Amino acid sequence: MASTILQLSGITKRFPGVVANDRVDLELKEGEVLALLGENGAGKSTLVSILYGLYRPDEGEIRIEGQPVQIASPAHALRLGIGLVPQHPLLVGRHTVAENLALGVGRFWFPAQRMVPLIEQLARSYGLEVDPHARVHQLSPGEKQRIEILRALLRGARVLILDEPTSVLTPLEAEALFRVMRELRSAGKSLIFISHKLDEVLAIADRVSVLRRGKVVGELPVAEATKPRLAELMVGRSVSFERKRAEPRLGPALLEVRGLQARSSRGLPALRDVSFSLRQGEVLGVAGVAGNGQSELVEVLSGLRRAEAGTLSLEGKPLVPDPARLFEMGVAHIPEDRIRMGTVPPMPVSENLALREYRKPPLARGFFRDLAAYEQRAKAQVQQYAIATPSPSTPTRLLSGGNIQKVILARELAGSARLILAVHPTYGLDVGATEQVHQILLEKTYQGAGVLLVSEDLDEILALADRVAVLYQGRLQGPFEVGSLTREEIGLLMTGSSLPTGQGGAA
Amino acid sequence: MRLVPDPNPPRLRVLWVSLGAIAVALLIAGAVFAAYGLSPLEAYRTMLQGTLTDWKGLSEVLRRTIPLLLVGAGLTLAFRAQFFNIGAEGQLLMGAIAGGGVALFLPLPPLLSLPAMFLAGVLLGGAWALLAAWLRSRLGVNEILSTLMLNYVAQYVLIYLINGPWKGQNVRGFLYSDEFAPYEQLPTLPGTLVHWPTLLLGVVLALALQVLLTRTTLGYELRVVGENPGAARYAGISVPRVVLVMAIITGGLAGLAGVGEVAGIHHRLLEPAQISLGYGFTAVIVAWLARGNPALVLVTAPLMGIILAGGDLLKISLNMPFRVIDVFSGVMLLCLIASEIFVRNRVRWGRR
Amino acid sequence: MEEIWNALGRALSFGTPLLLASLGAVINERAGVVNLGVEGMMAVGALAGFAVAYGSGAGDGNLYFAVAAAAGAGVLASLLHAFAAITLRANQFVSGLALTMIGLGVAGLLGKRFEGFPLFNQAPEWPFTVGVVLLALGLAFVLAYTRLGLVLRSVGENPAAADALGIDVVRVRYLAVAFGGALAGLAGAFLSLAYRPSWTDGMTVGLGWIAVALVIFVGWSPLRAIGGAVFFGLLYYLQFRLQGQSGIPTEFFAAMPYLLVIVVLALAGLRRVQGAAPEALGQPYQRGER
Repeated sequence: MASTILQLSGITKRFPGVVANDRVDLELKEGEVLALLGENGAGKSTLVSILYGLYRPDEGEIRIEGQPVQIASPAHALRLGIGLVPQHPLLVGRHTVAENLALGVGRFWFPAQRMVPLIEQLARSYGLEVDPHARVHQLSPGEKQRIEILRALLRGARVLILDEPTSVLTPLEAEALFRVMRELRSAGKSLIFISHKLDEVLAIADRVSVLRRGKVVGELPVAEATKPRLAELMVGRSVSFERKRAEPRLGPALLEVRGLQARSSRGLPALRDVSFSLRQGEVLGVAGVAGNGQSELVEVLSGLRRAEAGTLSLEGKPLVPDPARLFEMGVAHIPEDRIRMGTVPPMPVSENLALREYRKPPLARGFFRDLAAYEQRAKAQVQQYAIATPSPSTPTRLLSGGNIQKVILARELAGSARLILAVHPTYGLDVGATEQVHQILLEKTYQGAGVLLVSEDLDEILALADRVAVLYQGRLQGPFEVGSLTREEIGLLMTGSSLPTGQGGAA
Repeated sequence: MRLVPDPNPPRLRVLWVSLGAIAVALLIAGAVFAAYGLSPLEAYRTMLQGTLTDWKGLSEVLRRTIPLLLVGAGLTLAFRAQFFNIGAEGQLLMGAIAGGGVALFLPLPPLLSLPAMFLAGVLLGGAWALLAAWLRSRLGVNEILSTLMLNYVAQYVLIYLINGPWKGQNVRGFLYSDEFAPYEQLPTLPGTLVHWPTLLLGVVLALALQVLLTRTTLGYELRVVGENPGAARYAGISVPRVVLVMAIITGGLAGLAGVGEVAGIHHRLLEPAQISLGYGFTAVIVAWLARGNPALVLVTAPLMGIILAGGDLLKISLNMPFRVIDVFSGVMLLCLIASEIFVRNRVRWGRR
Repeated sequence: MEEIWNALGRALSFGTPLLLASLGAVINERAGVVNLGVEGMMAVGALAGFAVAYGSGAGDGNLYFAVAAAAGAGVLASLLHAFAAITLRANQFVSGLALTMIGLGVAGLLGKRFEGFPLFNQAPEWPFTVGVVLLALGLAFVLAYTRLGLVLRSVGENPAAADALGIDVVRVRYLAVAFGGALAGLAGAFLSLAYRPSWTDGMTVGLGWIAVALVIFVGWSPLRAIGGAVFFGLLYYLQFRLQGQSGIPTEFFAAMPYLLVIVVLALAGLRRVQGAAPEALGQPYQRGER
């Protein structure tokens, strides 16, 4: 029996109005991979923050090798041998890999330069290839993750916490990460793998702890775990893995895109000769790892970015690079960033709901705004979309993520939306809100609207889309009928590989 | 002591924190007076007695309030749009130059003269702010630096004019222009320098801007642009257009104030430091205190008017250098922005 | 030939306070803190230096103490900004502006009694000039090749990352701002002790603002700051040379530095230099509550 390296007992953390962690017990042994499974909002992040010294628990005890400890800061956690590989890497983009790794531990003179041999040695022994002289902002998410792992190892971490590490990786990169994790395990390191993806947990973990609403609701060796069992523990009821999509009634072509080219904000080619069409009543999923042109595609279609070449038309009418005119034509946009783009957080719900139509009656009477009309309209939409807000005059920044998203949906779908551009529409939402958002979108397709669904979550695309296309380095593969490809094949396309001939086939 | 973020601060706390900041500022300024060799109590007594105890003092406060009202109301709009216009001083001077130019050189029927002067002031003041807005939109030039630099440029333009081509006929060594014709001068309340038409204009415009901000589509666009430019772009609001319109209004109001000063008080163009006692900078504080509400400027402008009139008294009756106003403005500005954290957070005592 | 040497000499002399102040600003901006108070800190430094050197008025003040006092006064002034901008997380731009007003105001008030008196024990210019060039070289090296530089740059680029690794972001930023204050104070001392050994209100004549603009123009590089300072020094020299000879009004030359700042910033915008700004420049840091 391996010895216990980290033990949590009775950890409780409260925030105003919510118990984020409720008497959590956890045990981590030397040389094992413990998966921490739970939905968004189940309390995983809070627990990680406690282990990494960002929060202090209100109650409970943490022991490292039997010694009770109070983890005061991330730096303290590192000294205690706990390293975190965060979901969003904490690196200095403009510095080199070596400079990043030397920060805080390097020698006084030439800290980065002296770090290079150390990095190379460590990288070799765990299969973590990375060029020490590369600038971090030029690296892929997978490479940045490797730097974070190297950093923890360089500081002698014995416990590694990986926070949703695969969310930014292609399936192939995830495989490589798992190899590294196994390598680390056999070297005697202990790993906490945080995820909400059941397949991955079953593939890599030795044991699984499931969190729900801040409590540990189950703990079992992976050998005894099955996918339905874990899902039930995680969600609290049995979950169907079936498609949510009813048989679509497809109409004539809605959106036609031919030979589209566009550049990114940094002036680099972002979309290369992209062509596809979308029919009325159809959901087209666009898969791909972030940064392969998805943002630019949506920006062009919503009028926020100019196309360099190509033709775009909606029901035969050409699309113009003007967000306001496009909205009038029926292009609704559920943006990637709810806070920075989708809403004006300090403004009240009623004014946020007006963002698209404030120029037109009844909201505007000439130059003046009709405040009564704002109020009336907001009340109706709050009711229709079941937005939980104290009143229409509450600032949206006080709402939860799910309700902010519903404000956006209410606003975007209020007009006669023909084409709905939905970017990560359920990112960060809990199960209930996700369900509602999906229903609202599907409902619109039954009324004849087309949905372009951009998501990094393959499960979401597979559950909703009729066809799926994959963006890789600005080129679009597909679209393919959803049933004609396996997850693995889509994963391959996301890494730029092409399919063996005869499979899939453009639809 | 620790701070707990409060996304929805109650209004009363805003008031208390602002008053607290002013009190701290007065303490610090008092310490500076003490270092200068003047008892702070003596200084504040002089300031208060000379401003609030008789009609003459009050009228001085009112006279200072006029430009603060106009400039401050315009600045609230700029701050709402996240455009840190520190150049109202220069915009005011350009307005004075334009108004003076019309008065001195444009032969107009007497009835049209004053309106034309005000219009010219608005246009040139607005253009001066527009330049900075354009530089920011097109070239990403920080507007704090550019508006500040344009202040100095405006000063030297004025000095050049009154020292050169616009220098008066019979002023000998002084830096003056000729005097404006009587019909180019604004009436004042009897026995004072309160040019009431400008005052009236200031009150009306402050209220009008409040309506503009809260009740019109332009005001709505302006607030969206200020709070979240990303959302503005997304909704199809042209950010540069809104910023340019805002710059014309904020600069225009400063220009208007400049015309008021020369047409109402001096009746000629003279040195920059005589036309403006740093109204542009003090108005920044007026606008900050009003927290972006043009109508609230009706309260905060007289408040700062007391400080300006009092500072003037220190200069005259205690023979202090003109920098005394800088000390007041700087310390007050610093205390106000530093106090912002106590508005946005609740203070809790004890450890977490 | 002699003319050129003369011009270069004058350019270096004009450029010395510019380089001093902008090196300080480079350092605090590389740590992520903008300080627009340079002009005010220079004024305070100039006065403090003059007051100590003036002594009883007979040329008996110790010049070394005077220089130290100038730097110290600059540091004290800069700490006002540090407290507001770092600890209280106030808007850095406005706070710096307030510092300029305070610095000019306080120096104007307290310096009134020194107005118009000459300094008999004036300091030579060359130690400042030689020293500042060496300092620029040294800072470039420290920034690129030492732990100190790495920590400073990281704090300016990504304070959250530095904080997670146990670096005290607040302390680093305070030190960087204080360093900026010290150098601005020294720039003031150069003016009041060596360049024009006297005290007059407003003797900094906008040099502080030009130093701030110079930082952007040279892309936050201490090495390029040397070139930038010499370039501006030459412009100043030309301004003085042309002032007497041409028919151009003197007001134009007086307004020139301020116009130049705008031109420099616009040029920097055209060349997209802003992209080289430290990532976290101007943003207060607060430890992330997730």
